[in-house]
Amino acid sequence: MNLANPQDELTVSGRRLAWLVSGMARHRVVAVLGFLLVFPFLLPYEALAVNILIYGLYALGFNMVFGYMGVLSFGHAAFFGLGSYATGIAIVHYGVPWLPALALGVILAGLGAAVIGGLAIRTRGIYFAMVTLALSQCVYYLVYQLEDLSGGENGLRGVDVYDLNIPGLDLSLIDPLTKYYFVFAFVALAVWLFSRILASPFGAVLEAIRENENRARACGIDVATSKWLAFVISGLFCGLAGALNAIHLTIVPIESLHYHTSGLAVMMALLGGMGTFFGPFVGALTFLMLEDVITVITVHWQLFVGGLFVFFILFFPRGIWGTLLHWMSR
Amino acid sequence: MVSSSAIEQPILRAEGLGMRFGGFTALNGVSVAFPEGQLTAIIGPNGAGKSTFFNLLSGAFAPSAGRIFFRGRDITGTPQHRFARLGIAKSFQITNVFPQLTALENVRFAIQCMSQRFNIWTPRHRYTEMSARAAELLEMVGLDRHYHRLTMNLAHGEQRALEIAVALACDPALLLLDEPTAGMSPEETTAMMGLITRLASERTVILVEHKMKLVMGISNRLIVLHHGELLAEGTPEEVRANDEVRRVYLGQGNH
Repeated sequence: MNLANPQDELTVSGRRLAWLVSGMARHRVVAVLGFLLVFPFLLPYEALAVNILIYGLYALGFNMVFGYMGVLSFGHAAFFGLGSYATGIAIVHYGVPWLPALALGVILAGLGAAVIGGLAIRTRGIYFAMVTLALSQCVYYLVYQLEDLSGGENGLRGVDVYDLNIPGLDLSLIDPLTKYYFVFAFVALAVWLFSRILASPFGAVLEAIRENENRARACGIDVATSKWLAFVISGLFCGLAGALNAIHLTIVPIESLHYHTSGLAVMMALLGGMGTFFGPFVGALTFLMLEDVITVITVHWQLFVGGLFVFFILFFPRGIWGTLLHWMSR
Repeated sequence: MVSSSAIEQPILRAEGLGMRFGGFTALNGVSVAFPEGQLTAIIGPNGAGKSTFFNLLSGAFAPSAGRIFFRGRDITGTPQHRFARLGIAKSFQITNVFPQLTALENVRFAIQCMSQRFNIWTPRHRYTEMSARAAELLEMVGLDRHYHRLTMNLAHGEQRALEIAVALACDPALLLLDEPTAGMSPEETTAMMGLITRLASERTVILVEHKMKLVMGISNRLIVLHHGELLAEGTPEEVRANDEVRRVYLGQGNH
């Protein structure tokens, strides 16, 4: 009897396109990266593609806690923003080269997640969401007040990284396609790491906590510590997304830290399909494309996106990608 | 009343255990020693405090009064997740497994939890020895035909058996079972009792049971609770001969 444990996110048992679903699940990193590799050629302009990459990564990191562990955080903007500001400030005020600046962004976001997670993890459900929201707003006001460092209301300007200064390579971020693949390289690394974590024993712990916290505890899982660790890892991924965004935009808008940005992660993960590997990218793509298309027609684009969001929550709670996977494997 | 083997160091000992829920005293000053290697059944009519006693022994709640010792070590108030590594496993009164996972994955997960709780790096499909061990445990509880079935699609009795396989994953010295036959058909009950007897030959088992008849034949010792207090303890013969026990059980109808 075959005892191999397929590391699929879905247990595939049906007919139809089940082979495709199981294939994609087995090679999820290759499937996601393959798509993202050709992605800029499918869009009218590359800046939108870069946005989708960055917010896709942000929603992916958020999905570790939300989709895989089943805990709703409403404070992930703090990690996105901390990553952005740490990288931006390092570059603007201290002249740090871009690579260590990115690393600083990721580390500070992780530290932020360690503190906020450490305080919030004692609470559950809606209280957890509220505590993370409140703490992330504290970060927002703190950064807002530190005007000399952060630029306050105007955001941090002048995060200019044009020449990457990689020996032997003449890469300039002024070229939009080069910028896309620059960001893509980091997203690819992150996606691979993320998949590796999901496939690890700790990945199973996350899903066990989502499915049945009591049973997990009886199996010997220290639920509080595991939740905290997942929160920190999630913060690291979101911090990387924020750090890349600072370089992409060349500024750090104060809105990066606003709870609106926290809401974006929730919407993108839900719209794409919570707890699916590719869902966050699909969610980011749908959300940002709609914003892009509808703003041409009307300034009230949020009305349409909101309507679509409600439609999916009510009729397709698995999200776009989750529903597609479900249909294909049925 | 105390049988000879109880003179040795007991595996588990409750000392003046009490539990109050608000103004209600569910358990009052129960002191019992559980000898190693024996199958002890906790019995009693409805509302006797069996489940409360079980939940205190298994660490689900901290007691309002008294202490619990495992192999002489005070474990009162130890967090639930430490129990598996101490060597104490339990099954719940209401089936408690991961419904979305297959039978094999359920057991595998429990095995994995003994050594790899915070490993975020190694792909878990590489731990083939864990899958093999999980398969062994499933075979032991009679689920070898259902490795890859989703747990939610298993019959009730099969789910209960699976839960025992999950509890066995930590290779416990002490196995606590809360009404393992609850809601089972007579056939399933017979199979479960057979399984429990087999398990008890290798480890200490403490089980809670409502129906006295079921455990009379297989237990080494019985603990009888009534109104939250210890009414009697001893071998099945001693308990059967106890007038107070007869009165309590006859008063409740024929069990």
